[in-house]
Amino acid sequence: MSLPANRLRTSLRRPWVARIGVIIALFGVWEVAARWWVDPMFFSPPSQVFASLGALFDTRGVPAALRLTFWELGVAFVLSVGIGLLIGLPLGLAPFARRSFMPIVLLLYGTPQVTILPLFVLYFGIGPASKIAFGVSHGFFPLIIAVVAGVQNIKPIFLISARSMGATRMQVLRHIVFPHMIPSFFSGMRLAMSGVLLGVLLAELYVSTAGIGYFTTLFTQSFDPTRLFGLIAVLAAMAIVLNEVVRRAEIHFSRWHMD
Amino acid sequence: MNAAKQQRQRLGSGAVQTAFLIVLIALWYLATTRWRVSPLLLPNPVAVLADFWDILSTGEFIGDLRVTLTELAAAFAIAACGGLVVGYLVGRSRYRIAVFEPLFAGIYSIPIILFLPLYVLFFGLGPASKIALGASISFFPIALNTIAGFGYVDRLLVVAARSMGASEYQLFRYVLLPAALPVILSGMRIGFTVALLSIIGSETIASLAGLGHRIVHLAEAMEMTRMFAYIVFVVAIAATLNALVSALEARVRSAR
Repeated sequence: MSLPANRLRTSLRRPWVARIGVIIALFGVWEVAARWWVDPMFFSPPSQVFASLGALFDTRGVPAALRLTFWELGVAFVLSVGIGLLIGLPLGLAPFARRSFMPIVLLLYGTPQVTILPLFVLYFGIGPASKIAFGVSHGFFPLIIAVVAGVQNIKPIFLISARSMGATRMQVLRHIVFPHMIPSFFSGMRLAMSGVLLGVLLAELYVSTAGIGYFTTLFTQSFDPTRLFGLIAVLAAMAIVLNEVVRRAEIHFSRWHMD
Repeated sequence: MNAAKQQRQRLGSGAVQTAFLIVLIALWYLATTRWRVSPLLLPNPVAVLADFWDILSTGEFIGDLRVTLTELAAAFAIAACGGLVVGYLVGRSRYRIAVFEPLFAGIYSIPIILFLPLYVLFFGLGPASKIALGASISFFPIALNTIAGFGYVDRLLVVAARSMGASEYQLFRYVLLPAALPVILSGMRIGFTVALLSIIGSETIASLAGLGHRIVHLAEAMEMTRMFAYIVFVVAIAATLNALVSALEARVRSAR
């Protein structure tokens, strides 16, 4: 009689089982709250949200908006990495430039960029360009910092011995700087990805004519919580996947370096 | 000799930084006067400075500043209470850490600003939605750092205190708290920064009052000079608040 209860207790002892239990319980609370407590104008139970995901994708413009947002994220991420490397490598390799400009980079990184979001819209328009630019402005600072830190951590003995053996500048970059930079470069990429996500989504929510920001405003104003929840769930899933990809890459490459 | 060299280098990089700023402002000035960039895109720096003094001397910023700071204080208070309590409860047991820490870390990696439309739907356009969003965003770093602080206290210290007959309160006051405090404090500093960011951000996106709202309002009215002056003001406020919090953190840390 007590066998199933026992089995339940032993399996609950495993943390991941209990974690899934917590998640299921949260969804349960959400379902109950949405069905019996809260006005359906503002809240929608998860069962209904998941059931209507198909209808969400059938809504005209939504798949295109998701594609557009994904594209903005991708372009902004690639640009952030490019610009971050372009600024970070010279700063990391030249001690004087680093001492001079790193305080400026850190100062700019520390200022709240949301205050100048209207300026991005003014300069780049209300189309995808302003989202990409705003995403890049959030993404390339952490990358610069990571690249500079990575280059700085190279043991000077490697650089000195390479130079004394007559390595050219390109050879030093190719065989010493790049391989040693990889772990911190990937952790910079992870930070850049969360920055780009924040920047692009902020700009999308601020003003949008065809992206997901347009649809979140539309669903909010027409009191359609089911599709609003669905859209946000899809975006959150997208963010989780993107974050996970760079995090896996980071783990993989930091281990690769250790061997 | 080495000290003299260091001194010279520091002077050199300081000179480069000053020169960089001067060149930047000079280019800005020249762009607006000589090269005739439209004042709708880039207002004259002198006019921006004049507007900045005007904002400060007339005190028209007080209303918006009060709204933003009230939201910030409420959001941070909620996040700090919730984060500390939850973090303590979770961090006191290995099992609960294993269950909850990955959950919190996973949620924290989602850009929570995504949920702003939902918050606006529930709490309206007023301060309540900003407080709720700021509190939920800054809850996570505080809770995660509190878990890390209490969870990774050296077992030996706890066992030693117990075997010497420390009460539950004494254990908390003299062993756990001092060991965990530095990590918790830096979590609270991060929580404060993200709360400030998300409150200004959500004011920018959808609101009726506050500093973020003022900037958007001026942008929509095409009053660029005043808007630049407000941007300078908000950046200065944010820098001051962050410096204050860092100083407070350092003081508590050293007073320990």
